[in-house]
Amino acid sequence: MAEFNSKPGLLDHPLHWRTSLVLLIALVLLPLLAQAWGQDFYVGVASRMLIFALAATSLNLILGFGGMVSFGHAAFVGVGAYTAGILMQHGLPSAWLALALAGVAAGAFALLIGAISLRTRGVYFIMITLAFAQMLYYLMVSLKTYGGDDGLSLNGRFKLGFGLDLSQDATFYYLVLALAVGVFLAVQRLLNSRFGHALQAIRDNETRMAAIGFPVYRLKLIAFVLAGAFAGLAGALLAHQGGFVSPSMMQWSESGMLMVMVILGGVGHLYGGLVGAVVFLALEELLSSFTIHWQFGLGAVLLAVVLLAPNGLLSLRLKRKTP
Amino acid sequence: MTGILVLEQSLNGLQFGLMLFLLAAGLTLVFGIMDMINLAHGSIYMIGAYLIASIALASGSFWTGLALGMVATALIGALLELTVLRRLYQRDHLSQVLGTFAILLMSNEAVRWIWGSQPIELNPPAALAGPVELLPGFSYPAYRLFIIAVGLAAAGLLYLLVTRTRLGMQVRAGASNREMALAMGVDVRRLFTLVFAIGAGLCALAGGMLGPLLAVQVGMGERILILAFVVIVIGGIGSIRGALLGALLVGVVDTAGRTLIPYVFERLLGPDLAASAGPAVAAILIYVLMAAVLFFKPQGLFPAHG
Repeated sequence: MAEFNSKPGLLDHPLHWRTSLVLLIALVLLPLLAQAWGQDFYVGVASRMLIFALAATSLNLILGFGGMVSFGHAAFVGVGAYTAGILMQHGLPSAWLALALAGVAAGAFALLIGAISLRTRGVYFIMITLAFAQMLYYLMVSLKTYGGDDGLSLNGRFKLGFGLDLSQDATFYYLVLALAVGVFLAVQRLLNSRFGHALQAIRDNETRMAAIGFPVYRLKLIAFVLAGAFAGLAGALLAHQGGFVSPSMMQWSESGMLMVMVILGGVGHLYGGLVGAVVFLALEELLSSFTIHWQFGLGAVLLAVVLLAPNGLLSLRLKRKTP
Repeated sequence: MTGILVLEQSLNGLQFGLMLFLLAAGLTLVFGIMDMINLAHGSIYMIGAYLIASIALASGSFWTGLALGMVATALIGALLELTVLRRLYQRDHLSQVLGTFAILLMSNEAVRWIWGSQPIELNPPAALAGPVELLPGFSYPAYRLFIIAVGLAAAGLLYLLVTRTRLGMQVRAGASNREMALAMGVDVRRLFTLVFAIGAGLCALAGGMLGPLLAVQVGMGERILILAFVVIVIGGIGSIRGALLGALLVGVVDTAGRTLIPYVFERLLGPDLAASAGPAVAAILIYVLMAAVLFFKPQGLFPAHG
């Protein structure tokens, strides 16, 4: 039995730890290298990429592994961001409190939205999650106490204690990196657990799983809540990275962008969210340095990916491995 | 006073609902027959509005702009279908979302490239510029009445097209059972292109009609696209009748909610709370409506299938 377990199956997602260790070392060294070359600007860019990688990974958990096409994931990012912003406005600068509350608040909203939405399926699930996200968007637009349409400016970044100064971009980057790695490992552990296997089996054949006796609805809801809570963390980080929160973070086009990142990287690939977010934002950065009409180029690249790499960029690599 | 307010708001709601219907009709057919999520539908509406506005400006005539703009947009729609969208029908919804999102980005940027990022102006025809006195002491803009007339005419024509012609029969057959329609010898590829072109033409009509009321600008399509999706989900995907009733429902509920809810809240809760809660509740009203419909009748109010 031990031997059986040691071989990764179809539902297992090994870390590929040699690749990931190299990647992690590169990410840890990045601020030092950037400073050495005098390109501090890229530390901020890298933080943004990692935050979106975190959000996209959380979406991939339900989209890629749970088969739940949620078109409202930006709402949870937004709830996290507003939690952080509102705490700052009330003079509570603790990072611990902000991150914890952002996760809990986004998870609570995900529980509420998921409990209702998961009773529908297919296209209707896509549309009902969209509807709930739009509700939250308009709610924040009309809440004048917290900036309404104009958004909310944060006076400074939150504070971690231990003499760490998060207003330094490099320090902030390490906080983002630590959280992103933590969530990534948590998702990886989750997917390889009994829960993760059940989740992926539900994606593949929900009726059969229900017949076997798995609590399908409850398992899906747990995954949905976890994904919401992780997205909330990303939101709190995003709020403090830019020093600004606005309803436009929750708009449907933002949910669409997160989805595009996941599809671009690879739906149901462990590294799909990470690769998608990094490639998407790198393209944005690269193209916008050439032309102000960078969105056109971005659209063209995305269209090419849809037509040429139907299962995301990571599927290209897998295809080559199995000729 | 309140009677006139209610009448005015109902007319506004009717007008908005009919324009939503023009957008939703194309969207629901594409969704229902081809099982395709088309996020680029709002972009076609935007392109239509821009084409109509610039042709109207160049020729000096609103009518020339409207006619030529609609034809041009229908051609663009057909071209888009033939080159890109056709490849996405057989793919899953995720690929369709990614592909049409890409088209949305590209068309937004192309429009910004050609016309710049400033909104452009589209003036209503001079004959319809003034108000009309409908009742003693109640006048209503002539142009808005004209929009209602155009919307009703378009809905009527579309109804005749769908229920009385051979093309309509094939469309209905395609919406209720695609494989069977194919087996019975319907040229589905040609039908899809045609449906797409008609949908694009209707988008342009809505864009041209709403152009003088709302700004013709980049991003105008995104806002209305989601409303059109709400309409077709409420009405039942693939059903023209559902799209019409859903559009009217959304138009009236949205318009009435924005005027009535702050008024009611002020009576019930006092001015302070009403000022902050009123607009919020009014704005989310149609989404609450949609969530409720999906929860209780997941197939929509007037499903096309059986």
